Amino acid sequence: MSILVDKQTRLLIQGITGSEGQFHGAQIIDYGTNVVGGVTPGKGGQQTLGVEVFSTVREAVEKTQANASVVYVPAGFAKDAVLEAIDEGIKLIVCITEGIPTLQMITVYWEAKNNDVVLIGPNCPGVISPGKAKVGIMPGHIHREGRIGVVSRSGTLTYEIVKELTTAGLGQSTCIGIGGDPIIGTTFVDVLAMFESDPETEAVVLIGEIGGTDEEIAADYIKQHMTKPVVGFIAGLTAPPGKRMGHAGAIISGGKGTAREKIVALEAAGIQVAKRPDEIGELVKEVLARKA
Amino acid sequence: MKIHEYQAKAILKSFGAPVPDGQVATSARDVRKIAERIGFPAVVKAQVHVGGRGKAGGVKLANKLAELEAAADSILGMLIKGTKVHKILIETAANIDHEYYIGIVIDRARKNPVMMVSAAGGVDIEEVAAKTPEKILKIYIKRHLGILSFQVRQATYFLDLPRGTAKSFSLITQALYGAFMAKDCSLAEINPLVLTKDGEMMCCDAKMNFDDNALWRHPDIEAMRDEEEEEPLETAARKKRVSYVKLNGNIGCIVNGAGLAMTTMDMVKHFGGEPANFLDIGGGAKAEQVTEALRIVTSDPNVKTVLFNIFGGIVRCDLVAKGILEALATLDLTLPIVIRLSGTNEEEARAMLKDTALLAMPTMSEAAKEAVEVSQR
Repeated sequence: MSILVDKQTRLLIQGITGSEGQFHGAQIIDYGTNVVGGVTPGKGGQQTLGVEVFSTVREAVEKTQANASVVYVPAGFAKDAVLEAIDEGIKLIVCITEGIPTLQMITVYWEAKNNDVVLIGPNCPGVISPGKAKVGIMPGHIHREGRIGVVSRSGTLTYEIVKELTTAGLGQSTCIGIGGDPIIGTTFVDVLAMFESDPETEAVVLIGEIGGTDEEIAADYIKQHMTKPVVGFIAGLTAPPGKRMGHAGAIISGGKGTAREKIVALEAAGIQVAKRPDEIGELVKEVLARKA
Repeated sequence: MKIHEYQAKAILKSFGAPVPDGQVATSARDVRKIAERIGFPAVVKAQVHVGGRGKAGGVKLANKLAELEAAADSILGMLIKGTKVHKILIETAANIDHEYYIGIVIDRARKNPVMMVSAAGGVDIEEVAAKTPEKILKIYIKRHLGILSFQVRQATYFLDLPRGTAKSFSLITQALYGAFMAKDCSLAEINPLVLTKDGEMMCCDAKMNFDDNALWRHPDIEAMRDEEEEEPLETAARKKRVSYVKLNGNIGCIVNGAGLAMTTMDMVKHFGGEPANFLDIGGGAKAEQVTEALRIVTSDPNVKTVLFNIFGGIVRCDLVAKGILEALATLDLTLPIVIRLSGTNEEEARAMLKDTALLAMPTMSEAAKEAVEVSQR
C-alpha cells in the first residue's frame, strides 16, 4: 500500500494546456501515472500529451471516470477550478498553484471538507507514491519505493531530504507536500493519521517551518495517537518576526509560530528533531532500530 | 502589505466606523489650515509602519496652534526605529474615558477569521495576550455566516460596555469585519477603540495589513503602498518577482525554494555565521532570475560572501550553472562565491564551473561551512 495515490489513481490534469500543465503533465505521464484526461475551458476536443482535453470537469469525469485531479491553473482562476472539481465529485484534488488569496482558500477549504474531498495544497509540490504514481511537480527520480512516509510544508527542502533518505537506503511509501500557505486543505495531523493506518509505512519524517501552529498540533497528535516513530525537522530558526519568508504561511506573527517553539513542542512529545537535514537519514535508522 | 494609520482610518470610515476628524500632512506649513478646520485639542501622530512610535515621542497632544506647529516640526523628520517620519496625521483629540481593543486575523488552525476584543486597549495587545490572556475574548467567525448578533452581544458583555454604546459598538464590529473581508486583510485592528467622556465610540488608532496574494484584486490598496517605508532592496526584489528579505548578517544566500532558503540560513548560523538575507529564486532558477538575485544580494554592503544553494530536481544543474556563468559575465563581482549544486547533471555543472573562481561544494552543510569560513578570512 501507500496513501492517497497509487496504481488505482485515474488522474485528470486541470490546466493541461498551460505551460506548467504541459511541462509537469509530461513528467507525470513519464513517471507512469495513469493520466486519463485534461481540462482547459474552451479547449475541449483537442488532444495533448496523448490524452483528450475537455472543456469542463463534468464532461471529463463522465468520459474518463477520473477519481483524482491535479490543478496547475493560475492563481486568479484556481479557486474556481478546485470548486469545479469538488462539485463534480472528485475526491482527491492536488492544487499546485501558488498565490491564491487566503480568504478564497477559506471558502475552498470548507467546500472540500463538507464534501469529504481530500484537498492537498495549495502552493505545494504534490504527492508521490514511488513506483506507483506521481501527482505534482517533484522530481520523480530521487524517490525510491520503500517504507518511510514523508510529509512537509516545503518543496525543494523536501526533495533535499528525500534524496538523503534514498541515498541512505531508506525508500518512501508516500511523500506529501501539504503546502506553504496559511490555509491548506490537508494538515500534518490528517497525513499522520493516514500514515499510521498504512501497513506499508514504518516511520514518518515530518518537515515543518515557521508560521502557524500545525507542528505543535501534530506533536500533540503524535504523542496521543501514533505508534509509528516520527523524526522531525523545522526550518526557519534564523527567520525574523513579522516577515514573510517566501511561503505566504511562513511568517512569525504576534510572536507566535517560531521554529524554536515548534522544536520544543516536538521534542516534548518525544520526537527526535534533526538539527541539519543531513542528520535525518541516521535518525530514521536509529528510530527504526529502536522499534525493532 | 502594510499601510499607514490614516489610510486604515479612511478605509474604516468608508465602511461606516467613526474616526476622529483629521488630515495627513507632510510639512509643518500645512498645520495651520488643518488646525483651523478641526480645532483644539488636537493630536499629532507620526505615520510610520513600525510600532512603538508613542514611546519614541512620535505622538504629541497640542492645545493651541503654537504647540501644534512645534509638535509637527519635531515629529516630521524624526527617526523611529530607524524609519524617518515623512508624514504626520493631525486629528481631533478624543476625551478618553476608556480604551478598548478590537482586532481580526485569520485563525489558521480553525480556517476562519477570528475577532479578538479586550477592555485592556491602548497597549501592546501581544503583551496582554502573553501575560493576561483571560483579558481577551476570542470570537470565532464562520466565513459563510459573518459576525452574528449574539457574538456582538457576547463581546459587549465581556467588555462591560455602558448602556447606550451597544449599537455603535455593533456598527464598528461590522465595519471592521466588512473591511477585513472586502479588502483581503491579514490583520485589521482598532487599538484603542475609545469610549469618550461624552459616551461615544471612536476609532482612535487603526492598523491594517493585507494578503499579498490578493493585491491583484485591490488596485486601490496597492496604490496606498508607501515605498519609503520599505527596505529598498526588498522593494527592488519585489518588482523583479524575487522573494527577498534583508537580514543583518554578511553571508548572502541565493536558494531555490522557500523552505530550502530558510534551511540554508539556518545552516549558515549553525556553522557560526550570520545570513545576510532570505532569497528564493523559485523552483526554476532561470538565468535572468539568477542575475537579478545576484544583483540584489550583492547590493547589500554588508555582504562579504555569496552562498548559492540549488537543489536541481526537475531543473537541470547544468542549466543553472549556465545561468550563473551568464550572470557573472554581466555583473562585475569580486566577492567570493560558494556554490552547491545538487541533482540532475550535477557533475556536468561542476565541470562547467571548474575554471571559474567559484568554490563548488558537494553538500549544503559543506557549502554553508565553507561560506562561513571564507567570510571570516
